[in-house]
Amino acid sequence: MSVLGLIFSNIHSKEVFEITQKRTIASTPIGGRYRLIDFSLSCMVNAGISNIGIITKSNYQSLMDHIGSGKEWDLARKRGGLVILPPYGVSDSVYNTRLEAIKSIISFIKHSTSEYVILSDCYHVCNIDYKDLLKYHHEKGADITCVYHECLVCADDFMPINRLALNEEERVIEMQVLSTFSGTANVSMDIWVMKKELLEKLVDEAIVTNYRSFNRDILSKNLNNLRIFGYKFEGYFGNISSIQTYYDVNKNLLKKEIRDELFYQPGRSIYTKVRDSAPTKYGLESKVVNSLIADGCMIEGEVYNSVIFRGTKIGKGAIIKDSILMQDTIISEGKHLEYVITDKNVVIENKKELIGNSEYPVYVKKGGIL
Amino acid sequence: MLNKKECVAMLLAGGQGSRLYALTNKIAKPAVSYGAKYRIIDFPLSNCINSNIDTVGVLTQYQPLLLNDYIGNGQPWDLDRTFGGVHILPPYQGKNKTDWYKGTANAIYQNIDFMKRYHPEYIIILSGDHIYKMDYSKMLDFHKEKNAEATIAVINVSLQEASRFGIMNTDQEMRIQEFEEKPAKPKSTKASMGIYIFNAEVLYQYLEADEANPESQNDFGKNIIPSMLRDGRLMYAYPFSGYWKDVGTIDSLWEANMDLLGENPKFDLFDKMWKIYSRNEAYPPQFICEGSKIENSLLTVGCYIEGYVKNSLLSQNVQIGKNAKVIDSVLFDNVIVEEGATIEYSIVAENVVVKKQAKIGESKQKANKITVIGSDVTILEDYKVAAGQMIEKDVRK
Repeated sequence: MSVLGLIFSNIHSKEVFEITQKRTIASTPIGGRYRLIDFSLSCMVNAGISNIGIITKSNYQSLMDHIGSGKEWDLARKRGGLVILPPYGVSDSVYNTRLEAIKSIISFIKHSTSEYVILSDCYHVCNIDYKDLLKYHHEKGADITCVYHECLVCADDFMPINRLALNEEERVIEMQVLSTFSGTANVSMDIWVMKKELLEKLVDEAIVTNYRSFNRDILSKNLNNLRIFGYKFEGYFGNISSIQTYYDVNKNLLKKEIRDELFYQPGRSIYTKVRDSAPTKYGLESKVVNSLIADGCMIEGEVYNSVIFRGTKIGKGAIIKDSILMQDTIISEGKHLEYVITDKNVVIENKKELIGNSEYPVYVKKGGIL
Repeated sequence: MLNKKECVAMLLAGGQGSRLYALTNKIAKPAVSYGAKYRIIDFPLSNCINSNIDTVGVLTQYQPLLLNDYIGNGQPWDLDRTFGGVHILPPYQGKNKTDWYKGTANAIYQNIDFMKRYHPEYIIILSGDHIYKMDYSKMLDFHKEKNAEATIAVINVSLQEASRFGIMNTDQEMRIQEFEEKPAKPKSTKASMGIYIFNAEVLYQYLEADEANPESQNDFGKNIIPSMLRDGRLMYAYPFSGYWKDVGTIDSLWEANMDLLGENPKFDLFDKMWKIYSRNEAYPPQFICEGSKIENSLLTVGCYIEGYVKNSLLSQNVQIGKNAKVIDSVLFDNVIVEEGATIEYSIVAENVVVKKQAKIGESKQKANKITVIGSDVTILEDYKVAAGQMIEKDVRK
């Protein structure tokens, strides 16, 4: 069975606007050495999917740099492999919704010889077994299967959620896009599987009727006509929907059980671009506690409960607590950081102290010098 | 159209490295781990690509399985090319005869056809035994400037050390007058680094003559170089200054690893202009737990540290349990050190498991020799491995 993977690299970019000023949500750095798209891509690759299109819209330079030819994911293939799909105007403007994005690449989809298609966003930090998802899709005799998870939604979460109501055989009977809600809900993870033929048919209809929303106009309108099932994902799902959740998900990676689930599944590794950094060097007076440290760092100061990305330098006597330091951050001697997120290439050389709190971490933008 | 390469590299990687004992039981010396995330062969391969040499023949013979796998299509070193790139060259069956590689010169001789395919003007011969960063293109420039027929890279060693090396005696212009293999009374301190550049046609000629001579040991140092010197060929010594270390013994391998540590290490891997490439596996970053302490050490991806690590190098996926101590040691991939175990002044090879409370080696001050644990060995609970011992198989109590 051949499957085409489609990844939307931009859809959630606006939600983490600080970090995505100069990049897509897909190329957002996470967990010391990864970018968010590594999770979606690796899940597909690990299920034997070797034909993947990445739909882009804007700011995709860093994404292209990260993905390259796709060889790190074993996707530099002669047959299939990885294709980056730059925006292609549907009537003069670039698309705004998921459905318009699919419309804009419909010829790519039609050209593919795959029988099935998996569509995925990439705000996820999770390791889903897509083989199992496809098996479930067949067993249920579903037309469309939607991956969801059960979670506690707080009223002050301002991001709209797509709530599913399911019957006892896991068939979706209702879908609602809610912008305020509080309580436990089954929330769509924006990952779907269906026959490619069906996707083409639905998109063709949508073009005729000028529908715009995939969830509202296609899925919820077809709940009676199509067999749409939910696939409950029970594993760890880090959902990046704001700078706070970005901070929290990074911090969650300090938990062993979460790292084990994400990174040590037999046959389901998470791949990323190799940077050929040297190993990380710990100085004579370094002290590191409960932290995730990538390669290529030089650590001479103290680091507590933090995630340190590749190529970061932490000077003597510096104290880093509960912080996320993205690649090539330089912290000079004696500085004190708590609850800080530094973007790529940040230099902290003048400011003696930078202290946020767990709800409102301080964010220093890419290339910032403080 | 005649497609050609100016310079082709031939990398001798067939050596057994018998003085590394247990570390080379299952793998060839160039595949031995070094510097937490590298293997010895990463250095000549990275030097090649950094010097714009993109055609490399790797001559393998002894235990080539891991090496073949590791090099693969050469992608990690950017040596996957449509024309050129890296090629593994094991001994093969010829029409008229089949032979193992009898010596360094014979190995190159048997692959004359490989070199000729690229119509090179120059051949550079390298070995997979040394740790160093060197720009071969500068050596090639020197070779061309001198209008030489052969150039041998040399490094200054101390007079005492000189009798362990092949020593070049040169005139002021660096033209080689005399070559002495391990001289008792060295006349100079210019030691051969085992790196040669030849004009391709001259090399082919001498390789063929050497092959025709049944007396020859088919060795570059013993046969080819001396016979070229006798014939008065234009041979020059290219002086190299910088870090260079033969890692052919347990002591020198350990030292070369330690040279990466300290405030101002003797050898620096952090230079972005001269990266050393290696094949990586997909592991998450290293994790350092509460209650652990790491001093003056190099660690890489996948490591999980709960214990104490000092003056040590830990390769991919090494796990150090609570209250375990690793001091003055080098641990290769996937080593597991369980709770309370101690490793001092040792080299521990791939996949070794050190069970709870076991003790390997003695402190550097007390021990007179490095302790070595060969790959895939399990050291049982509470078991003590005395300083200087070499363990190659599981030990029963």
